[in-house]
Amino acid sequence: MPDTLSAASLPPPPTPSAPTPALLDLFVAFALISLSGFGGVLAWSRRMLVEERKWMTAEEFNDAYALCQFLPGPNVVNLSVVFGRRIRGLPGAAVALVGLIGPPFVIVTLIAFIYARWGEVAALQRMLLGIAAAAAGLMLGTCAKMALPLFKDRLGLAPLAALATFVSIGVLRLPLYGALAVLVPLSIAIAWVRR
Amino acid sequence: MKQDGGALLTLAGYFALMSLFAVGGANSAVPEMQRIAVEVEGWMTARQFTDIFAIAQVTPGPNVIIVALIGYQVAGLLGALVATIAMCGPPCILACYVGEVWERFREAPWRVAIQAGLLPISIGLIAASAFVVASAAAHNFAAVAITLVTAVVTYTTRLNPLWIFATAGLLGLAGVGT
Repeated sequence: MPDTLSAASLPPPPTPSAPTPALLDLFVAFALISLSGFGGVLAWSRRMLVEERKWMTAEEFNDAYALCQFLPGPNVVNLSVVFGRRIRGLPGAAVALVGLIGPPFVIVTLIAFIYARWGEVAALQRMLLGIAAAAAGLMLGTCAKMALPLFKDRLGLAPLAALATFVSIGVLRLPLYGALAVLVPLSIAIAWVRR
Repeated sequence: MKQDGGALLTLAGYFALMSLFAVGGANSAVPEMQRIAVEVEGWMTARQFTDIFAIAQVTPGPNVIIVALIGYQVAGLLGALVATIAMCGPPCILACYVGEVWERFREAPWRVAIQAGLLPISIGLIAASAFVVASAAAHNFAAVAITLVTAVVTYTTRLNPLWIFATAGLLGLAGVGT
């Protein structure tokens, strides 16, 4: 997680050198981000927005990303909207969003069509099963990386909140809303007391 | 698989609500998607859901695109469109308006506490997603081995996931996971 507090105490970050991008540039950038990102798009959006196009500084990106993680829903989708709006108002938000979602949507509906026709082919099923097993492993590994900072909490309350969420949703298969209605306030209360 | 207004409305309702509870991204909502698509509504079998999850992971772009596949399964192209808009719409509207408030309260203690409190929840949700998909894919020892090896490789290296998916797909094709 980006440390927004220490970022705020630093001197103001250098302004990005590139001029304000036009709507078409925004669309192209987010379409490229989308098409290069396999298994998640975060790393690619950072590379494009901060390193290649220089539309944001690293600090601005971290701050925007912290916001988008805090907001519910798909993180990178939120990022495209927040960034597009900051740069070009509501049209910018819409264009960035369509750039991000449009290309994979076209690809995935083509695949869905193929799957609807040939989904029962045994070879395809075996392949998808292997990929699903790997994708679960990818999530598990990423999750372990994300969880590391939680264990800095000596009392172990934050890992406990993560564990409670895992057990109630993953193992007990409780409905999401009921479980979160209990767990989210509890976890925020813990964070508030330990702050 | 009827393409009537009722199915579209049901899709829109489920995903619009779910989008507001997907703490930490679209993958956090995978167990809920599976619960609704397989157990509650019976839109597809557990195996079909696992297939769809795998397809969404190997498609470039944000993982949220899994909802387009679910929507397609329920009501064709229109279903895919409705599911995608429903899953992206509410968070996007929120993102537009919360963004400014966020800037203003950047250092407020309550903001810091909310952010810190949501992190373990989203980690727990993603772990739950991984567990749900892993157990659905775990037909035998080899599939479990693929999951565990991928987890270790992901944790210890920065290998492009595309290579992992290609290898796992080929292993599956060769019949290792069945």
